[in-house]
Amino acid sequence: MPDILKIENLHVAVAGKPILKGVDLEIRRGQTHALMGPNGSGKSTLGLAIMGHPGYEATAGGITLNGDELLDMEADERARRGIFMAFQRPLSIPGVKMSDFLRHATTNVRNPDRKEGEELIPMREFRKELKAKMGRLQMDTEFARRYVNDGFSGGEMKRAEILQLAMLQPKFAILDETDSGLDADAVRLASQSIAEIGREKMGLLIITHHDKLLEHNPPDFAHVMLGGRIVETGGTELAEELHSQGYERIREKYPEADADNQQMVAKDAVTNM
Amino acid sequence: MTQATLTPGFTKEAFDAFLSARNEPDWLIDRRRSAWKLFCEQDLPGRSDEEWMRTDIRLFKLDSFGIPGELQGAIEVPTPLLTAGVDLGGQGTSFNGQTVEYSVGQKWADQGVLFGDLAQLAVEHSELLRPYLMKRAFDSAADKFSALHGACWSNGTLLYVPSGVAVDEPFHTLSALANGGVDLGHLLVILEEGSEATLLTETANTGSVAGGFHCGATEIIVGPKAHLRYVSLQNWDQRVWHFSREKVAVDGDASLQWTMGALGSRLAKVNQHVELTGAGAQVQVNGTMFTEGRQHLSYHTRQHHVAPNCRSDFLYKAALQDKSRTVWRGMIKVDLEAQKTDGYQRNDNLLLSSQARADAIPGLEIEADDVRCTHGSTTSRVDDEMIFYAQSRGFTREEAIRMIVTGFFQQIFDRISIESVRESLGMAIARRVREYE
Ligand SMILES: Nc1ncnc2c1ncn2[C@@H]1O[C@H](COP(=O)(O)OP(=O)(O)OP(=O)(O)O)[C@@H](O)[C@H]1O
Ligand SMILES: [Mg+2]
Repeated sequence: MPDILKIENLHVAVAGKPILKGVDLEIRRGQTHALMGPNGSGKSTLGLAIMGHPGYEATAGGITLNGDELLDMEADERARRGIFMAFQRPLSIPGVKMSDFLRHATTNVRNPDRKEGEELIPMREFRKELKAKMGRLQMDTEFARRYVNDGFSGGEMKRAEILQLAMLQPKFAILDETDSGLDADAVRLASQSIAEIGREKMGLLIITHHDKLLEHNPPDFAHVMLGGRIVETGGTELAEELHSQGYERIREKYPEADADNQQMVAKDAVTNM
Repeated sequence: MTQATLTPGFTKEAFDAFLSARNEPDWLIDRRRSAWKLFCEQDLPGRSDEEWMRTDIRLFKLDSFGIPGELQGAIEVPTPLLTAGVDLGGQGTSFNGQTVEYSVGQKWADQGVLFGDLAQLAVEHSELLRPYLMKRAFDSAADKFSALHGACWSNGTLLYVPSGVAVDEPFHTLSALANGGVDLGHLLVILEEGSEATLLTETANTGSVAGGFHCGATEIIVGPKAHLRYVSLQNWDQRVWHFSREKVAVDGDASLQWTMGALGSRLAKVNQHVELTGAGAQVQVNGTMFTEGRQHLSYHTRQHHVAPNCRSDFLYKAALQDKSRTVWRGMIKVDLEAQKTDGYQRNDNLLLSSQARADAIPGLEIEADDVRCTHGSTTSRVDDEMIFYAQSRGFTREEAIRMIVTGFFQQIFDRISIESVRESLGMAIARRVREYE
């Protein structure tokens, strides 16, 4: 039996404001899912809710990994169970070297029962693996000595997220616009790298507005999110349609969700003023 | 129970008895007497004094303490934190304001280095110390605490390095307090022209009864072209009242790297003053504070540029937990003659609790016109998004906070060139981090 990540009737609110309004999604390890949808439709919210961001409150429904409820777990426990998210906007941690950060993270994820203070994975072994993986991502090893995302360019941050994916080898990975901020060559490299890390070893949820990242990772399923719901699911052809023709057809077909979406975005415009 | 005998109250009788029991040169006795006069003439500072506005000592009862007497019974000395894996050039220990022992490496003694009990060496090397001790970098008149210190200091450390001698092994002192004891220790460091040395000092408590009173002073003279690395780790327990005046005079083309760690005490009021007296002097000061409970640490720094072409760089970072509080007041003073001054001061604070409070008051007083002086301060909270990011990579919440706090201090660790100091300070800080609400 492959591992299964199952999202059922998920409702999520942020600061009391409902964002997700009943999402159903099932991802098996080895499958690639593309998640698309206009700005503000709730894609990142879904990812953050799966990862366990404390500000994203599940008000109904559930997220299970092989039947175990993830909603009861803090983000670090989910990470140790094999969930990973490459963030749309990664955080920087000044004063903490990328290599120290990754060595600790890798140790915790690979030894889920490790208690704080117990041995980290051996330095030599770790360095060797890190160096090899950075090489494949064409990252200068200098990055390992820099502080986590501190002063990284947009593209460098996204590459560093892929490096973390490669090191942590999760069962399920959510890639939230990992292609944004990357130049054309870098997107191609990212797309290849993800395939190389092993599409077949992971369940992938790729959130993207472009088709480049999917080039080497053709989705088994494509989903469209609108107004906090997945309104349509199809195959590669759906992803291609949305890329070439946009969301016009979807908006017309699901007026209620579209109204919700517009309302969510409009509220943002007000609160952002 | 181990204790130094102590007559409560700093009375005239106690002072006279203290003086007559000591066999000190006249000049030193005179200095003590004039300090005693100043002590008697004034009150403890109050909140109307600018430096004490934010630091309330109304609960401090001076009369419940007294001049440290002779040690009796067993002496408990805690394990030092700063010396792991270090070959020392000399070591000294004091307990409840009295010297326990000193040792100095023979090869350094042979080259004329003096390291030992200040009171004893002041008798043996009276003429050498006379121009410096309680004079060159100390002012009994500053306030009642400095007057008390000037009159009644009972023990202390002297490090004297003759001209041209480069000591490549650090010296170390440990001052311990127990059972509500009193420490009035004085530190005098004299580096003659072209010499080099490293001094590590730390304080700690032992014994089951906590608390105590420390009223100390530090006088450091770094001669022309001399280089000093000085580390002071203040680790008193959280019921100790800690008052200290620390001053360094740095001469031409000399350098000072001063690393200060402040973790302990109930209330601290510390003045750290560096005077750049000779052209081309270079000073770097690294301050770290980590407070918890209801601790109150108040640090007043002064970087005084007297001579031209000098550089001073003060960086203080504080992390605060619980209801603790820090006050940092910095001043860059540049005299008219001190052209081409490069002065920098900065204080960054990280709040780990909504009830902690950090006050930062930077200041500039510049008379010269061709200078570059910058200052700044920041106060921030541990960022929840940062914690979540680390948790999403498998760090527990505790580990994430510990890492973020350590990262906050990294800039200072990067500047510390002594490995044992970097490590022990890092460990002491990491141990302190608790759950962040
Ligand atoms: N932390 C937050 N605080 C307030 N509102 C939020 C927060 N996170 C998400 N939202 C709101 O939830 C809605 C969905 O946002 P989300 O980031 O999930 O959209 P998205 O589909 O990822 O959009 P994009 O394509 O622009 O990345 C938006 O209205 C957004 O403003
Ligand atoms: Mg998004």
